[in-house]
Amino acid sequence: MEQFFFYMFAIAAVVSAVLVISVRNPVHSAFYLIVCFLQVAAIYILLRSPFLAAVQLFIYVGAIMVLFLFAVLVLDIGREQFRERFHGQTVPALAAIAGLFVVMGILVVSGKITAPLGPFDEPALMKNTEVIGKSLYTSYIFPFEIVSILLLIALIGAVVLVMSGQGKENKG
Amino acid sequence: MALTLTHYLVLSFILFLVGIAGVLLRRNIIIVLMSLELIFNSVNISLAAFSYFLQNLNGTIFVVFSITIAAAEAAIGLAILVAVYRRRQTAYVDELDEMRG
Repeated sequence: MEQFFFYMFAIAAVVSAVLVISVRNPVHSAFYLIVCFLQVAAIYILLRSPFLAAVQLFIYVGAIMVLFLFAVLVLDIGREQFRERFHGQTVPALAAIAGLFVVMGILVVSGKITAPLGPFDEPALMKNTEVIGKSLYTSYIFPFEIVSILLLIALIGAVVLVMSGQGKENKG
Repeated sequence: MALTLTHYLVLSFILFLVGIAGVLLRRNIIIVLMSLELIFNSVNISLAAFSYFLQNLNGTIFVVFSITIAAAEAAIGLAILVAVYRRRQTAYVDELDEMRG
């Protein structure tokens, strides 16, 4: 049963990911990307990690994709959609992708990268969110603070980048 | 036969390749940024799968940090995109060649 759900979500994720990079209209791309993120959230549920699924929904689908849609709508990029969408490096790019496919496929299929299913730690599985929260505020407190500073920098940086162009336009 | 780590790794690997293909092949810079998000997601799946199969929550915490970084990256990337589009009126990566890259 679990396998059936895994294959359903995995196939939907891969198909929507391929559609993201192949459709013409950036707005359609953004919607297919939302579908792909929802499938990934389901995969997190299969991995017994409901906290990650919730974070994926809130941050990716709720915040990042809305930001992308706003950017597409504000910039009106869709107007130029009739021009060529692939650029001139197609052959070397396809060669690089094929090389990566062969190397990583050999590594994964030969079973070099594998791990046994560890002993189930029932408290960690049942109280996933609680354990993650405790861990974040005790042993990972330093990276946690650094990441908060990084988010502040990104916030200020985004505002400054967009504001500076506006100021010049108004003065000129 | 139960699900093994290899199932999740193959899924993550296919999503990663699709993301790389999007970055290398598409001209529209906003699709390139979306493909970057796909790559982030594929790496997160493999981290979460290792975390589950090794029964060690460190991987899950790394996924949380990675999602945070992805949010910061998307905000900065889109801000740069807006600034570039205002100045150059184009969103195609092969036309943004001022730095002769």
